[in-house]
Order: sequence, then C-alpha cells, then structure tokens
Amino acid sequence: MKASSILGGIDLSKLEDDVIEVVFAVLAGFTISGLLMATGGFDPIKAYVSLFKSAIGDLYGVSTTLSYATPLMLTGLAFAVSVRAGVFNIGAEGQVYMAALGAVIAASLTLPAGLYLIAEFFLGVSLAIMWSSLAGILKSQRGVNEVVSTIMLNWIGFWIVEYARTYVYFDPMEPQRTIKIPEQGRLPLLAPGTELYAGVIISLIITVAVYAVMWHTAIGYEIRATGLNPTAARYGGVKIKKSLLYSFIIAGSLAGLAGVMEVAGRPPHYAITTGLSNLVGLGFDGLAVSLIARNHPLAIIPAAIFVGALTAGSRGMQIESGVPLEMVKAVQGIIIIILAVPGLVRMLREWREKK
Amino acid sequence: MIDLQSVINILVQTSYAATPLLLAAVGEIIGERAGIVNIGLEGIMLVSGFASIVFAYMFQSPFIGLVAGVLMGGFIGLLHALITAYLKGDHVISGIGINLFASGFVPYGIEAVWGVRGYFTIPASLKVPRIPGTDLSPIFLVSLILAIGSYWILFKTPYGLILRACGEEPRAAESTGVKIELTQTLASTLTGLFTGLAGAFLAIDWLSSITKNLPAGRGFISLAIVNFANWNPILGIAGSYLFGFFWVLIGWLKLTPLKEVVPLPLMETIPYVATLAVTAGVIGRARPPRFAGRPYRRE
Repeated sequence: MKASSILGGIDLSKLEDDVIEVVFAVLAGFTISGLLMATGGFDPIKAYVSLFKSAIGDLYGVSTTLSYATPLMLTGLAFAVSVRAGVFNIGAEGQVYMAALGAVIAASLTLPAGLYLIAEFFLGVSLAIMWSSLAGILKSQRGVNEVVSTIMLNWIGFWIVEYARTYVYFDPMEPQRTIKIPEQGRLPLLAPGTELYAGVIISLIITVAVYAVMWHTAIGYEIRATGLNPTAARYGGVKIKKSLLYSFIIAGSLAGLAGVMEVAGRPPHYAITTGLSNLVGLGFDGLAVSLIARNHPLAIIPAAIFVGALTAGSRGMQIESGVPLEMVKAVQGIIIIILAVPGLVRMLREWREKK
Repeated sequence: MIDLQSVINILVQTSYAATPLLLAAVGEIIGERAGIVNIGLEGIMLVSGFASIVFAYMFQSPFIGLVAGVLMGGFIGLLHALITAYLKGDHVISGIGINLFASGFVPYGIEAVWGVRGYFTIPASLKVPRIPGTDLSPIFLVSLILAIGSYWILFKTPYGLILRACGEEPRAAESTGVKIELTQTLASTLTGLFTGLAGAFLAIDWLSSITKNLPAGRGFISLAIVNFANWNPILGIAGSYLFGFFWVLIGWLKLTPLKEVVPLPLMETIPYVATLAVTAGVIGRARPPRFAGRPYRRE
C-alpha cells in the first residue's frame, strides 16, 4: 500500500493549502453530521453549542479537553511515524491495552515507593513494544499485511487484558476493575479537581522529540526514505527491514506511554475498568488525530487538542441535546474521508478557473 | 463424546459464521483485482446492517431490509470509488474514514430511529426465513453461488480479464481502450454490494439485532481471508469456512469441560489467533494484484 500521497514534509508553499484543506474538511464534517442530526429530529445547532460549551466553554472544559488530548498526541504520533515509514500500523489500540496491563502488573508488585512509576513505565512500554514488534516481525519475515495483523493483535490484546482484569489483577473490594495504582506511583494532577495530569507535559515534550528524531537524525531520515520510495532508499543504502522494524518499535513505545499514563495519571480510576472502558478508542482516535495533522508531528498537537475537545464535549452534547456522544466519531470519519483526497484545494481552484 | 447431532450443529453454525466472511471477502477480491483496496469492510457491514434492520422494521419485510442493506453497501462502495479511482485519493485512508464514520453514525442512528441506547432487536417474523426443511439460511446458498460465479467471471470471461488488467497493468489496459476508472468504480461498487449483503445477513438473518459492534472484526478477518485466498474466490470459500469454524469452536468449547481449564476471555482470542497464525503460515506464496491500492495516474 502506497502512502506517498500524504508524505509531504514541511513545504511552506504547500502549508497554506494543507491548512485550507483541513479547515474545509472540518467544516464539511460538521455540516454533513449536522444534516444527519436534523434528519434524525435533533437540533444540530443546539448540539454543537453544547459540544463546544462543555469542551472549551470554561476552565474545567479546557482542562478536560487537554487531558483527553494527552494520550491522543502519543497514539497519533505512533500512527504518523508508521505512515512515514510507509506502513499502516493501526495497532496502537492493542498496544495501549497491553501497556496499561504492564502498569497494573507493576502496581501489583511490592516495591520501594520511589520505584513504582519507573516500573510502570518500564513494564508497560516493554509490553507495548513487544506487541507492536510482533506485527513488525510478521510483516518483514512473513509478509503479513500490517492492517490485518495489527487488528488481530488489537482483539487478542483486548481479551488478554480482559482476562487479566477479571481473573488475575481484580480488586477484591471492587472486582469490576483492577487493583489501583498506588498513590506513590501516580502522575501528579496539574490542577486539583480536574482530570488534567502531568502527562500532558510529557506528551508535549515527546511530540517535539519525535519531530526532532524524524527530521534531524539519520534513523528518522531512513524511516522517511523507506516510506517515500523503498526502492530508491535501498539503492541509497537504507536497510529497509531495519527501518521498518524501528518504525514499529517507535510506534509501540509511543502507544505504550499513552497506555501507562492513562492508568497512572487520569483520576478517578487509576486502574483498568470493566470492558477496558477507560482505554477503548485511545488508539483508534490517534489515527484520526494523525490524519487530520497530515501525519506531521508538530501538527499533531493542535489536531489532538481538536479531537480531545470533541471527546470532552461529546458527553455534554449527549446530556443537553440528546445526540449520542458517538456522533463525534461520524464527524471525524467524514473529515478523514475528505482528507483522503490529495490536492483538494488545487483541484477546486482549477475547477473554478474552468468555469 | 461427539455425537452426530452435534457434528451437524457445528456444521450448520459454521455455515452461518462463514457466510458474512465469504461475502465480504469475495467482494473485496473483486475490488482488489481491479486495483481498489477497501479496508472499510467493517464499516460497510455496520452501516448496511443498520439500513437493513431499519427498512425491514419500517416495511415489516425482511426482503425489503435485505435490498436496503445491499444498496447501502453498494452506495458506500461507489463513494469509495469516487474518492480513490476518480479523485486519486488514498485507499487506506478512505477506508479508515468509512470505519470511523460507521462507528459513530450507527449508535446515533439506533438512538434516532428507536430512541434506545446501543441495542435493538427485531422479532423473529422480520428475520430472513430458513430454506424450507432445513436450519440453513438462503443467503448461505447465495454466498456460495456468488463466490463461484465471481470466480467464473474473473477468470473465465473477457470481462474478468479486463477487470484484472486494471489492477495488474492499468497502463497496458488503458492502451487497449479499457476505461480504468469506470471499471474500478464498477468493481468497488460490487465490493460494497457484497459486503452490504454480509451486513444485512448479520443484522436481519443470523443475529437479528443491531449493536455498534455488529461486525465484531469480521470485516478485517475478511481482509485476511483475501490474502489467504491469494485473491481467488474459490480459495476464499475455503478460507471463510476455516475462519468461520474457529468462531464456532469457541461456542462449542464453552460447553465442554475445557472451560474449567481455559478461562472464557482467553477462548475469545481463538479466531483472531487462528487468523494470525494461518495468515503468517501461508502468506509467503500470496501475491497481491500489482496496482492494488495505488491510485492510477496518467503522467
């Protein structure tokens, strides 16, 4: 599968078109979804007003939005790095589950208080890297399409973590969730009474770091070369299999960070809940973030905040207007379908000139 | 331990589990042979299943439900073709968009139509009737006929040759006067129609209900079957029944003493582990159509 159509670097002359395209796609996503809402007998204006009021209307909304954006930056980056390498690794979802399990396993150990956070990150990220590398090895050794393998690994990961939640690491006091991360092993809250935890700072730093790795180091260059044109890259001395595997490892560690931080950072659970409900969707939402950001690490920051705002606002929308909160996924789906078309702005311009 | 009746039961259940996989896999084979990759099968199944159950309910007729589901699938396939064949969009991204849209639209639709959260069941009278005298669904037969017919058209007729040329050597095909985009659009629409039938089968035949998890990964397993089958509908039958059988196996194992040893959540991994293992085992010899998933551009 070729991804060359979305592999533009930062090209300032293209940047303006990119921004116009994304804005156009976002507006179209809201308009089409609004028409669907109106058809179903809901008031789209009311729905959107309550959506944005609860997402950015007050300080609490903003902090919730940022807290949702925190893992999405990382899962978005995970997908972006893969696409840059020319693979569609959509396994962040399962890697998040595995990493959260790793954090809970660490929490189950008896450790000196200062070691919990380190153990959570170490175990969680290792499990996620293992899960991601599995897809990488299947691709490079056996030619298994990564879309298929990562989706299967997502499901397998889901049931393994469900098993661990119900049979091994359940909390005897509240068996519907796992044991809690001990207080010494939690990331601090940035503002009391909100869900905004220190993870957002980690996510921002990592995002800039991934940008630096991808654009200012040899390994990043090789990964991007592999994605742009594998044949040319091979003649240029790039070891294709190696850079593919690196892309899977980087993606796995990013998704892993997201999974660990979600259980070690977000109040009130600090655990894995029934049906992994506090983890489901973090990986898939990352796809949307990355595609809206045109797979550019720095653009992922605003894109994650946008998708985070939709997620944060969806509950308020459901309560105030009756529109089910899942509707924000339909909005994102439409945005992505429109963004699949390359050079939309150029096309519209040519069409207008013809008229 | 296993008597004849349970063997028959397992076979009948396997026919149910395999039918949606086969329909979607054959549809995708047609599309990819023409060069159009659609990873949105999961989303098409979901939206089509929803459309079929809405129309079956509205007109109190499973037949109208089936038609609606199939047409909805065809419509999404057509849309995907407009984006990929004509506008030269990225095939995978459009598919991701379709899946994401479906996962949001269907829970919304369930609420909008019936005013309930997440789940709606239809009475038995709205289900597709069985083949008289058996426990089998007529769609089971239809899926086999479509698979064999697709094989015949793809590999034994000039139309099939033209279609395959679009996915293999579009430049050469075009020089002989083949309309690449039009052929691809037709193929992609067929992908949608077939997958739409798969979704309708899930909603108003086998499961007679709609939830936002209706396809439960079947769209992606169908993609794996396409690889497994080496883009050949006849091998697709083998793959679908193999993977369908693993699904039935869980249900059966849950009734055996094995459930004391292996916890239920781990049993649930069987179809996915099996898909992965089988795909990894056989994939080496499979080769996709050369231009599958690559937008065709004239320089």
